[in-house]
Amino acid sequence: MLQLVKISKTFNPGTVNEKKALVDLSLELQDGDFATIVGSNGAGKSTMFNAIAGSFYPDRGHVILDGEDITFVPEHMRSRYIGRLFQDPMLGTAPHMTIEENLSVAYLRAGTGRHAIFSRISAKEKKLFRETLAQLNMGLEDRMKNPVGLLSGGQRQALTLLMATVVTPKLLLLDEHTAALDPGTAAKVLDLTKRIVKERNITCLMVTHNMNQALELGNRTIMMDSGNIVFDVRDKEREGMTVEDLLRRFAEDTGDSFNNDRILLSTEGGV
Amino acid sequence: MFITTGIIQTALEIGLIYSLVALSLFISFSILDICDLSTDGCYTLGCAVGAVVTIGGHPILALFLAMAAGICSGFVTAILQTRFGVQSILAGIIVNTGLYTVNLAVMGFSSNLSIFGSDTVFSLFKALNPSKAWGSWSPLVLMIIILAIVVFVIHWFLGTRLGLSIRATGDSRAMVRASSINPGFTITVGLCFANALTGLSGALIGQFNKSSDINLGTGMVTIALASLIIGETFSKKSQNMLWKILSVIIGSCLYRLIVSVALRLNVPTEAFKLVSAIIVAVAIAAPQARELILLHRQKRAAMKENLSEGGER
Repeated sequence: MLQLVKISKTFNPGTVNEKKALVDLSLELQDGDFATIVGSNGAGKSTMFNAIAGSFYPDRGHVILDGEDITFVPEHMRSRYIGRLFQDPMLGTAPHMTIEENLSVAYLRAGTGRHAIFSRISAKEKKLFRETLAQLNMGLEDRMKNPVGLLSGGQRQALTLLMATVVTPKLLLLDEHTAALDPGTAAKVLDLTKRIVKERNITCLMVTHNMNQALELGNRTIMMDSGNIVFDVRDKEREGMTVEDLLRRFAEDTGDSFNNDRILLSTEGGV
Repeated sequence: MFITTGIIQTALEIGLIYSLVALSLFISFSILDICDLSTDGCYTLGCAVGAVVTIGGHPILALFLAMAAGICSGFVTAILQTRFGVQSILAGIIVNTGLYTVNLAVMGFSSNLSIFGSDTVFSLFKALNPSKAWGSWSPLVLMIIILAIVVFVIHWFLGTRLGLSIRATGDSRAMVRASSINPGFTITVGLCFANALTGLSGALIGQFNKSSDINLGTGMVTIALASLIIGETFSKKSQNMLWKILSVIIGSCLYRLIVSVALRLNVPTEAFKLVSAIIVAVAIAAPQARELILLHRQKRAAMKENLSEGGER
């Protein structure tokens, strides 16, 4: 279970560029929740992810994961149990290392002991990587010795997803991870995401700019504005909700109309 | 004869000793993507520490202590950039400057030290066999043995989980943080490892030349970079780590051969630094120049095609 307790973060405080990115943000995510997050640019979606992942420490408030206060746990320690995907597929993988080497670096999260720092990738692990890659149906299992830089963006993002989940995380953060992919590949990566999250019952937060996606995926939709959550619908209440309902709720709750072209444009198409 | 066996032999001996510095930069520059400018000072440090211990009568221990000194130097450079946010180039320069005094202190505040009369690893190895041929080839054999061990260790190390983490650190910082690796730790380990090699190289050159000089390391980073870049042209397309490591050594020997040729052409010693710099610049610029020439040819071919097509119409 993830709890954010009154988190605040201000960038460049005391200067003309002061930006209150998060203002007393609180959120509780139950185990197995799959929440989609929508909101205009600058609403604080990525900032919230950064606070959860530990890219920076919040000015005030607490981040609690499974009862443990991790507010000041460094990012690399948190990544043992928090998986994260970015919009840019190039960020999640090391281009000059082979697929196999990338996976084994990700597999370091598996822990200690047997996995001492001077140990090598075992044949058993290679087999595990092969089987994991085969799930993708991209033929990557036969290219394990190829450098990742040779893969397409979609393949790289799919690989990043595998790397983030090769050791099941307590929490998976998806920051518009299909936005930079072509529609066909995006659908494929999204299907894979749904399958992995469902199979292993991973608690998951996903930022999206596609309103249909926001309502169809997972069991909960959260809308953010000006560094806080403006509304949060789940399960029953969310069923039957349309994109129009969502936009109206936004206008009612913020007293403002939705002013993001990208979102308004993407309401037209399907998932 | 323009190039004698003797010249090639010396070039190989020195090339192999210098290749340790090139391998050091291979780890810091190519793998970690950090420009470690403390190389010059660290090399002299290795030489100074090695010389003092050799004079003390422990030539083999000298090599290990020089490596330990290199590790300390690398550790300081690493801590400056990982803990205190000093830019990596600046961290190297700061350490390099500080090392000048440290090196002087190690050598008892004299600017050079002679180790004539003391046993060195080279003299010990030579003494194994009294034959004349062995006498002249033993330094080369010893260097090949040392390099074989070093190559084995680097190759083994880069295949371990820690080695993979270090490689990932230089390749994709974002990915590393998402994989529970502390980049501060991997950078520190990588720089310590790299500088141990630089220190070893310094100690070996000291024993080889039977002297240590405070200005020995000046320009070392340029020479090593040149060797590295010459070497990397051989292994650009390869994914094989062993070949990448070996090509660095080949690059270093090649660089020495080029320098030997320059010396044979009676280049005056005063001009030597300039010649070195030109060799380095040419080595680094050559691949790009080749691309430019190819592009130019392609353009001309395309223009010709255009003209002939126009003529037909």
